[in-house]
Amino acid sequence: MTEEIQVTGPDTSPEQEVPIKEPVSTFRLIATLAVAGTLAGLLIVLVNQHTKPIIDKYKAEQLQKAVYEVLPGTDRYDTYYLVDSSLSMTLPENAKESEYKRVYVGYDADRKLNGVAMSRGESGFQDVIMIIFGVDTNTGKLKGMKVLESKETPGLGDKIFKDMVYVNQFFAGPATPLIPVKPGTGKGLPGEIDTITGATISSKKLIEIINHALEEWKPILDQGIPQTSSDSANAEVTP
Amino acid sequence: MRKTTPSQDFIRGIWNENPVLIQMLGLCPALAVTNTVKNALAMSAATFFVICCSSVLISTCKRFIPNEVRISAYILVIATFVTLADMMLQAYAPVQHKELGAFIALIVVNCMILGRQEAFSAKNNVYRSLLDAIGTGIGFTIALVMMGGFREILGTGTFFDISLFGPNFEPWVIMVLPAGGFLTLGFILLAMGYIEQRKKAKPTETETEAVEASS
Repeated sequence: MTEEIQVTGPDTSPEQEVPIKEPVSTFRLIATLAVAGTLAGLLIVLVNQHTKPIIDKYKAEQLQKAVYEVLPGTDRYDTYYLVDSSLSMTLPENAKESEYKRVYVGYDADRKLNGVAMSRGESGFQDVIMIIFGVDTNTGKLKGMKVLESKETPGLGDKIFKDMVYVNQFFAGPATPLIPVKPGTGKGLPGEIDTITGATISSKKLIEIINHALEEWKPILDQGIPQTSSDSANAEVTP
Repeated sequence: MRKTTPSQDFIRGIWNENPVLIQMLGLCPALAVTNTVKNALAMSAATFFVICCSSVLISTCKRFIPNEVRISAYILVIATFVTLADMMLQAYAPVQHKELGAFIALIVVNCMILGRQEAFSAKNNVYRSLLDAIGTGIGFTIALVMMGGFREILGTGTFFDISLFGPNFEPWVIMVLPAGGFLTLGFILLAMGYIEQRKKAKPTETETEAVEASS
């Protein structure tokens, strides 16, 4: 609390420089708002400079933790970027890292391919739902899933990551592709997922996100993952 | 302008003019994020920070803000503090920030805060304004936590994430839905109205009389 009160301190002094006139001139009206706006901007930038590294660091840590979480048994992972429709561990020169799509390829302790984790965000009921999930490229089964970002309705939409009965359905069979069904109307087909009553849009969207991500990445992953160090079963070894 | 003592400035926001329960201000967060006590507390804390800082700053610089642009200036001040609260919550309490989502940013348009600046901070000194802000903030917190408590207990069967009724409890889901917010608020207001009525029916106390007459 004391810190905040201190940072508001400078706000008051420069505003005193604005001359006080009667009646109020147009200049003064503009000047007051301009000074206030400038100070507000400065204050926000200052705090942002302080908090941004913390937020970024937290996000990076969360992502790293998430990759290990959605690919259980992973010992280490490599980040592959999609460069010219093929996977590459390195980016072209002067490329902005954030502009490239990527997957995280996890290896187990024996340096065998453990699975691929991918993250994807799409508009849900309120805002973008950002998830990361790991898939076993041999069996097509999901190994883990985690919601990274969601502003879905607290108490309802957030069941997509709090309702474990719903979540566990994803790991039952191969995800090729997943089919959302109303609870109780499933025909027992593989890949059927019961949606959540009261969170239909959110729970359907989660299924769609996974389907879309797999659709997008499957052809690329089928080409094989350029290997660096392991002799995995289904990946081609490229020198 | 009426004269009030500092203690009245402080108490007023908590009970006699409780922002949510009497003045009906700030109902958006009161209905939206009170589905659990934790969310209600996080929202109250952020709002408390914003209203205190804004009140102090605005009562400090009220002399330099021309009347014509005061609303824009107040909104600017409030928006700045909300942005700061938003960034700091994201940095230091990322879990709560994730829970509250867009509603943190929406504190900017909480009319309770602008209302206090316009009605009180713009006319009173820093000390009184701070007292008023703290009182209003506490009043807001009480209202939100009360609603959050009712809704969480009935809607999920927990209080502060602690299970109260065991695994066989069938939660009354509507209480955590928006409709439950309206229901809860309605019942709380009903109770408030009943208490007020009982008070009036009693032989008049000079203190309540004075406050009511002045408002």
